[in-house]
Amino acid sequence: MADRVTNVVVAGLGGQGVLKASDILAEAAFRAGLDVKKAEVHGMSQRGGSVRSDVRFGPQVFSPMVPNGSADFLVALAADQVEPNQPCLADGGILISPENVDENLLSNRRCLNVALLGFLSAHLELPESHWLAAIRSNLPSPLHEANCQAFAVGRKMGGIG
Amino acid sequence: MNQAGRMLLSGNEAIALAARHAGVALGAGYPGTPSTEILEYFSELGGKAQWSPNEKVALEVALGAAFAGASAMAAMKHVGLNVAADPLFTAAYTGVSGALVVVSADDPGLASSQNEQDNRRYAVAAAVPMLEPSDSQEAYELTLEALDLSRLWGLPVLLRVTTRICHSKSIVLPRPPREAPPSPVFHRDVRSRVMIPAYAKLAHQKLRKKLAEIARWCEQSPLNRVIRGDDSLGIIASGIAYVHAREAAPRASFLKLGVTYPLAIEQARAFAAGVRRCLVIEEGDPYLVDSLRAAGIAVEGQAEIFRFGELNVGRVKRIIAGDPTDEPPMPPGKPPQLCAGCPHRKVFETLGRLGCIVSGDIGCYTLGVLPPFEAMDTCVCMGASIGVGLGLRHVLGGDQARRVVSVIGDSTFVHSGITGLVEMIYNPPATGHVLIILDNGTTAMTGLQEHPGTGRKLDHKATGRVVYEDLARALGITNVHVVDPTRDGEGFERLLASALKRDELTVIITRRPCLLAARRISELDKAAENKPDHGG
Ligand SMILES: Cc1ncc(C[n+]2csc(CCOP(=O)(O)OP(=O)(O)O)c2C)c(N)n1
Ligand code: SF4
Repeated sequence: MADRVTNVVVAGLGGQGVLKASDILAEAAFRAGLDVKKAEVHGMSQRGGSVRSDVRFGPQVFSPMVPNGSADFLVALAADQVEPNQPCLADGGILISPENVDENLLSNRRCLNVALLGFLSAHLELPESHWLAAIRSNLPSPLHEANCQAFAVGRKMGGIG
Repeated sequence: MNQAGRMLLSGNEAIALAARHAGVALGAGYPGTPSTEILEYFSELGGKAQWSPNEKVALEVALGAAFAGASAMAAMKHVGLNVAADPLFTAAYTGVSGALVVVSADDPGLASSQNEQDNRRYAVAAAVPMLEPSDSQEAYELTLEALDLSRLWGLPVLLRVTTRICHSKSIVLPRPPREAPPSPVFHRDVRSRVMIPAYAKLAHQKLRKKLAEIARWCEQSPLNRVIRGDDSLGIIASGIAYVHAREAAPRASFLKLGVTYPLAIEQARAFAAGVRRCLVIEEGDPYLVDSLRAAGIAVEGQAEIFRFGELNVGRVKRIIAGDPTDEPPMPPGKPPQLCAGCPHRKVFETLGRLGCIVSGDIGCYTLGVLPPFEAMDTCVCMGASIGVGLGLRHVLGGDQARRVVSVIGDSTFVHSGITGLVEMIYNPPATGHVLIILDNGTTAMTGLQEHPGTGRKLDHKATGRVVYEDLARALGITNVHVVDPTRDGEGFERLLASALKRDELTVIITRRPCLLAARRISELDKAAENKPDHGG
């Protein structure tokens, strides 16, 4: 991972926390000292519409957008957003979708976005401390506990714990 | 986010940070995706930032500050510069004593806009220098450079960014703090500042002379740079297109342009001569390629299909390969819709039921065009609902004319609907007209900004308030109604149906806060009640 750019696409529907999730991921990579770029289209125009955010990190990143067919990971927060975003995945790229975590284990179901990040984190070499710091700095303190719990649940289901 | 001096910032945040570091005394604008956050961040960082009723006023306010010697910034989306074009063109003649940077945030690909105009054309048309960053670091640095250039040459400078620069985050290393600009003072200089024809003639000549000097400076400027690679392919690019191209062709040579007006023509000529194939990669119009060719430089451009939408690494690879074949269509995403419980819903349900011909406008409520409502027939630009509705009424036969209704949001009404209302009183159609102002207490579309009708400033502090019903009555409309269709749907339907029959001028204000803003509005109202003295 260290010598090449890692490409992650986070996709979902407006209001699901796509941008929050990609902010946390970008910050975790940033804290690891890597070059990071993150691209998305926002504005209030996506009430309930599709939202996608691209995060890329590595030694040097040029374009902020993940080229089609080169995402190492597609993190889909809504099952119906898998199909339209499938073309971004590289051959052998990994799809992470709500099926990967058991929502019943989350103390707050609204933290699904962070739980899926936990699952993703098990596949990346970013230190856990950077993830947790990024979660805390991107969310107001009353939400820290539930999100850190969700992250731990996802990370465990991803194979680390 | 800050770590050992490194920051991870969006382009908009980087512009705001640079404005703050450079001592910009005033930032003015009107919200518009993708530019909105520039002034919001500038305000959060402690800068004096304000929403004006529209972009023209914002640019005039910033220009006044720059006449007084201050460093000022006006920020807007691409179509906002159409509204502000009038002051821009003549501000190039008057010049400034301080510094004036105009940020134009273009939206190739129409993520959230009604067209994909390329505002690089404005730099040429208005004759103002233009800088284009390629990432957040450059957004930061070129904002500083633009302010310096503006002060040095006494000209407004255009900072042209695009959606992917504004809303992408990348790493920024800020520069050490710099000296604050001198305190503003006004020096009388009528020949430069009062554009009567006699003075404007001279000012135009002076402007062209300055531009010629800037063009000479540009040939040496470090803002344009050559990255030597293989000489089999040379690429000339700027802005976001440059980073896509670096990735698509890592071994090519590059002429990376930071200043895109005036152009470093001789540098481009030498660069093109030094490579076997010279290709211009640009998003939007063929601006660079046409300008270079007009100067006699043999450069290759892109197929017409690449003029539409954004570029990306994949498309740039196709351009390099000379592949103009149809591109696979993007899988459709889920379109946005009005929130459940949105106060606009009832209005469009009713318009649909009454079979109205709806002259619409721009905002959240434009979603009234989509199912289940399908109750909008025209939408052109902000404010057009009123003029277009009147035009329809003037020429249509009675039956159709009596079904025409103009529908406009509250922020849009203040932006450019007031002159339409004046037109309605001055040139009333024979069948009268019905105007609905959708007052949801916020500029919802762009992320819940304040505007003059909310009585609160950009930072949500209380200020004077424009009251639409008072304004309409003062202008001479007698049928003015304020209603809440969500609470009383039947009453609204009866009112609208009778107004359509009446052959008179009617203004209906539908008042109910946007669902997403309601909580904040009531909290701010409560806070203001406890502190009654907020002035006018
Ligand atoms: C000249 C121009 N400036 C800015 C915009 C961006 N914009 C589109 S609609 C709108 C305002 C929407 O507010 P409002 O009319 O109150 O409707 P709402 O979204 O609240 O329903 C803005 C800022 C634009 N399209 N054109
Ligand atoms: S943001 Fe407000 S105005 Fe826009 S659709 Fe939702 S409720 Fe309606």
